[in-house]
Amino acid sequence: MLLASLVLLPFLGSVLAALMPQDARNRESWLAIGVAVGGLAIAAALFPQVAAGEVVRAEFAWLPAEGLDFVLRVDGLAWVFSMLVLAIGLLVVLYARYYMSPEDPVPRFFAFLLAFMGSMLGVVLSGNLVQLVVFWELTSLTSFLLIGYWHHRADARRGARMAFTVTATGGLCLMAGVLVLGHIVGSYDLDVVLAAGDQIRDHELYLPALVLVALGALTKSAQFPFHFWLPHAMAAPTPVSSYLHSATMVKAGVFLLVRLWPALAGTPEWTWIIGGAGVCTLLIGAFVAIFQHDLKGLLAYSTISHLGLITVLIGIGTPLAIVAAIFHILNHATFKASLFMAAGIIDHETGTRDLRVLRGLRHKLPITATLAIVASAAMAGVPLLNGFLSKEMFFAETLHVGGDRNWWMSYAAVAMGMFSVAYSLRFISVFFGTPAQGLPRDPHEPPRWMRFPVELLVLACLVVGVAPGVSIEPLLHLAVVATLGEDAPAYDLAVWHGFNLPLLMSVCALVGGMLLYGVLRRHFDLARRERVPLLHRLNGAQAYETTMLQLTRGAEWLLRRVGTRRLQPQLMLMMLALLLIPLLLAGAPPAWTVIPVRGFDPIFAGMWLIGAGCALAAAWMAKYHRLAALALVGGTGIVTAATFLWLSAPDLALTQLMVETVTTVLILLGLRWLPPRIESIAGPVQPPWQVWTRRTRDLALAVGGGLALAALTHAVLVHPASDTIADFFLLNALGGGGGSNVVNVLLVDFRSFDTLGEITVLAVVALTVYALLRRFRPAPESAGIPPQQRFEGDPASRQSPAEQAGSGYLLVPGIYLRLLLPFMGVIAVYFFMRGHNLPGGGFVAGLIFAVAILVQYMLAGTVWVESRLNLRPHRWLGFGLLLACTTGLGAWWFGHPFLTTHTAHVEWPLVGELHLPSAFVFDLGVFAVVVGTTMLMLVALAHQSLRAHRHPGEDLTADGQGGAEGRRI
Amino acid sequence: MELVLAISVGVVFGAGIWLILRPRTFQLITGLLLMSYAVNLVIFAMGRLWVDKPPITPTPAIDPAQFADPLPQGLVLTAIVIGFATTALYLVMMIGARGLSGSDHVDGEEPRE
Repeated sequence: MLLASLVLLPFLGSVLAALMPQDARNRESWLAIGVAVGGLAIAAALFPQVAAGEVVRAEFAWLPAEGLDFVLRVDGLAWVFSMLVLAIGLLVVLYARYYMSPEDPVPRFFAFLLAFMGSMLGVVLSGNLVQLVVFWELTSLTSFLLIGYWHHRADARRGARMAFTVTATGGLCLMAGVLVLGHIVGSYDLDVVLAAGDQIRDHELYLPALVLVALGALTKSAQFPFHFWLPHAMAAPTPVSSYLHSATMVKAGVFLLVRLWPALAGTPEWTWIIGGAGVCTLLIGAFVAIFQHDLKGLLAYSTISHLGLITVLIGIGTPLAIVAAIFHILNHATFKASLFMAAGIIDHETGTRDLRVLRGLRHKLPITATLAIVASAAMAGVPLLNGFLSKEMFFAETLHVGGDRNWWMSYAAVAMGMFSVAYSLRFISVFFGTPAQGLPRDPHEPPRWMRFPVELLVLACLVVGVAPGVSIEPLLHLAVVATLGEDAPAYDLAVWHGFNLPLLMSVCALVGGMLLYGVLRRHFDLARRERVPLLHRLNGAQAYETTMLQLTRGAEWLLRRVGTRRLQPQLMLMMLALLLIPLLLAGAPPAWTVIPVRGFDPIFAGMWLIGAGCALAAAWMAKYHRLAALALVGGTGIVTAATFLWLSAPDLALTQLMVETVTTVLILLGLRWLPPRIESIAGPVQPPWQVWTRRTRDLALAVGGGLALAALTHAVLVHPASDTIADFFLLNALGGGGGSNVVNVLLVDFRSFDTLGEITVLAVVALTVYALLRRFRPAPESAGIPPQQRFEGDPASRQSPAEQAGSGYLLVPGIYLRLLLPFMGVIAVYFFMRGHNLPGGGFVAGLIFAVAILVQYMLAGTVWVESRLNLRPHRWLGFGLLLACTTGLGAWWFGHPFLTTHTAHVEWPLVGELHLPSAFVFDLGVFAVVVGTTMLMLVALAHQSLRAHRHPGEDLTADGQGGAEGRRI
Repeated sequence: MELVLAISVGVVFGAGIWLILRPRTFQLITGLLLMSYAVNLVIFAMGRLWVDKPPITPTPAIDPAQFADPLPQGLVLTAIVIGFATTALYLVMMIGARGLSGSDHVDGEEPRE
């Protein structure tokens, strides 16, 4: 639990931070400091166990069926890294408090930063490889958000996008690699994988796994050729650069390599891939860093180079090299974080980071200058500072591995040492010389607590450099033992090893670097040089942008070639797929065990002669005679309803009939808005041959589809039914559900959750229809009264619908229909009440009730009905859903699962025994939703006509009234 | 009877396919209506055909083999109502597209021919 809280705490803090107000800079920092200190305390509490060599594990079931658990695991290495993440995090948060300006939206900053802290801890503490990848991608995501923090700046957006694309792609490779590893080992558990090193190395999939994992690690740690994203990530606020892009996130790559070292290392492939990438990165990064003009750019390339150094050490792969790698990870985090902070202070105080402008800052910033110079010296590898120790170990390792044969490795190491001295000198050059004039801001020392993190880190550099044995040795030992196990080599962290070759190399690097810097400054115009010599063609960012552009172009091309925005081809392909894919999958038909077929019934056949005839006729008429087509479709619908009735499904028949009615009215209301399409009197024009081809093709498809479905239906019908769950419903409907109409019990009891979903869909659709129609403006030519109604001789054409029904020619039907309303209401209630035991129920009753209202609208017009009857369909919807949900929730009150029903039998005077299942209340909700939906849709459609009758020129007022009207219904 | 139903379903479905491949929105909506009849009937037929055996149980102790399968019926009932909702939605899209584009072509513009 302690372990879980270590990972959860930052995420919790992140949520809290996000909820704080914009200007809560102090509260935000206190919160973040609290999170970091709390994390450190938890980590400290774990120390005794970890120090005793234990592996502390916490497991939570994640996907037990897949053998995946959420495992948190601390060993020495993980512990040291989490301390690093938390400690640097604490300092960065403190620093950020002063760095961020009051105008910056701090909640976003601290929320992202804390989320990053949590993700990074997740990576470090994962005991499951899949889970590690998840956190890994989370760090990429938070890094993206943090780089793009100042999203109004184009360079921030570009840098964020680039960093995310590269690292997340690497993360996907890592995911694939992890899956391969899991396939080889048979488990994703880190302990199991680490123990299966030999098995992995001997497996034929070793190389793919290694390459994929390496791609993940190398992209994350900005190794050649993926290094280009890191300099662009410098668009982030400096605390972010200091935390993510020097101390922690970029270390995730090398951390992973160290973590998986027992499982993957020890082969020539490992050395070549990891070591090769490292050597390239180390030289390129260090060389390019010398020629940067941006303080942070210089630090970014130097970070790349140092990460390259660590990668080389891991690539060398001897136990001593791993010790050096871990040691350098810690050292680099210390001095580079402090250098970034110093660069941030300079930027903050002077308003610029341009090395060509900044000079003589030691006069104005004496303390910062001292600190930065010491940290730079650590970066350059000056004795008595921590950088010297790990760099000397690096030299020793290159000598040891290189020997006589790979002498170039030692030379590369010395060259890198020289370059790093040169760029360190370049960095500190800002403090010397005559003070610069005309800086954007007049510099002075930063606030006490802004400098404090730098002071602390520089102090750490010194302490480790002077007395490594007492300061860093115990921590390093923990991490080393956790990685290398019992065969951890003996090593000696001492400042003085006597005169030996590594020391000579260090001296060479120091002297050579100073000479190099002097020569570059004097003779190569270092301060003004725009391009990096030799390597300026090696532009990864350009390659990246080109690739992205080509991808976009390729996608566009592909879309143009194989895509279409036209509906007809899409539908045709869908239909073709619908026809062909089942044919391909079906295979041979099963043996025909024919069941006794019911005989040929002439009435049924006659009925379907009409039904199918209607369908064909509708297909024929739909182009020019919409009204006829609609009536014909209705004919097929009625035959369908009759079929349901014939074939023992009375509920379906009722519902189909009512839906048919409502749909027809609905479409009738819509027909008016379609453009007229009049067949020419002389008969259709002879269409061109393309049209004929298309029609033939469509006809073939239609015939094919029809035949296929007919064949399928027949095949099913002549086969005996297999065992279904129908028996359960039939046997339990009355006993368990308290109703004898099994279909209704099924809907409101057994499968009531389905029904709840369904009525929700209904409500959503109704609201969507309503919302769409409020925005809808009818086509101008269909706005007026249609010509058929404009016959001057007819008195009705001058009357409003209300007048027609009140005193005009619709008087008699109007009165009849008004009389009919209460009867239809009673019928609705009747069908509702009997629904549980006989055909009926909420759906049917709701539709009947809706039709009752509908006919009033149809006859008397919207204005007349709404001046007498205020229906408020929104409320029906709302109450219906509320009722259904409350009934479901009511079961919880009695300790049963959601939507459990209960039946009460009540003896009523006069009525007799009445059984009242709770499903009845649920059904009432269904009823209300159905009424609300239907009414809302129809009324919204009907109101279109109201708007349309207004004359053009009234548009402005019509809009306002339209809105008011919309609210009223 | 089985054959009659199968053929009818095929005819209705075929008419529906033909209609949804036509260029006008109204043709599309009628096509969808016809297709939904056919598909509902097919789902319903999965419970086989029963005459005069509605799934209404007079007593708890019954022989399930003497009743029509209630499950496809329940599913089809749901399908009918949802079909109604989607038809309404489609109808509004049809009206809206016509108002916005001035055309009743399914692509919102008259074909260039």
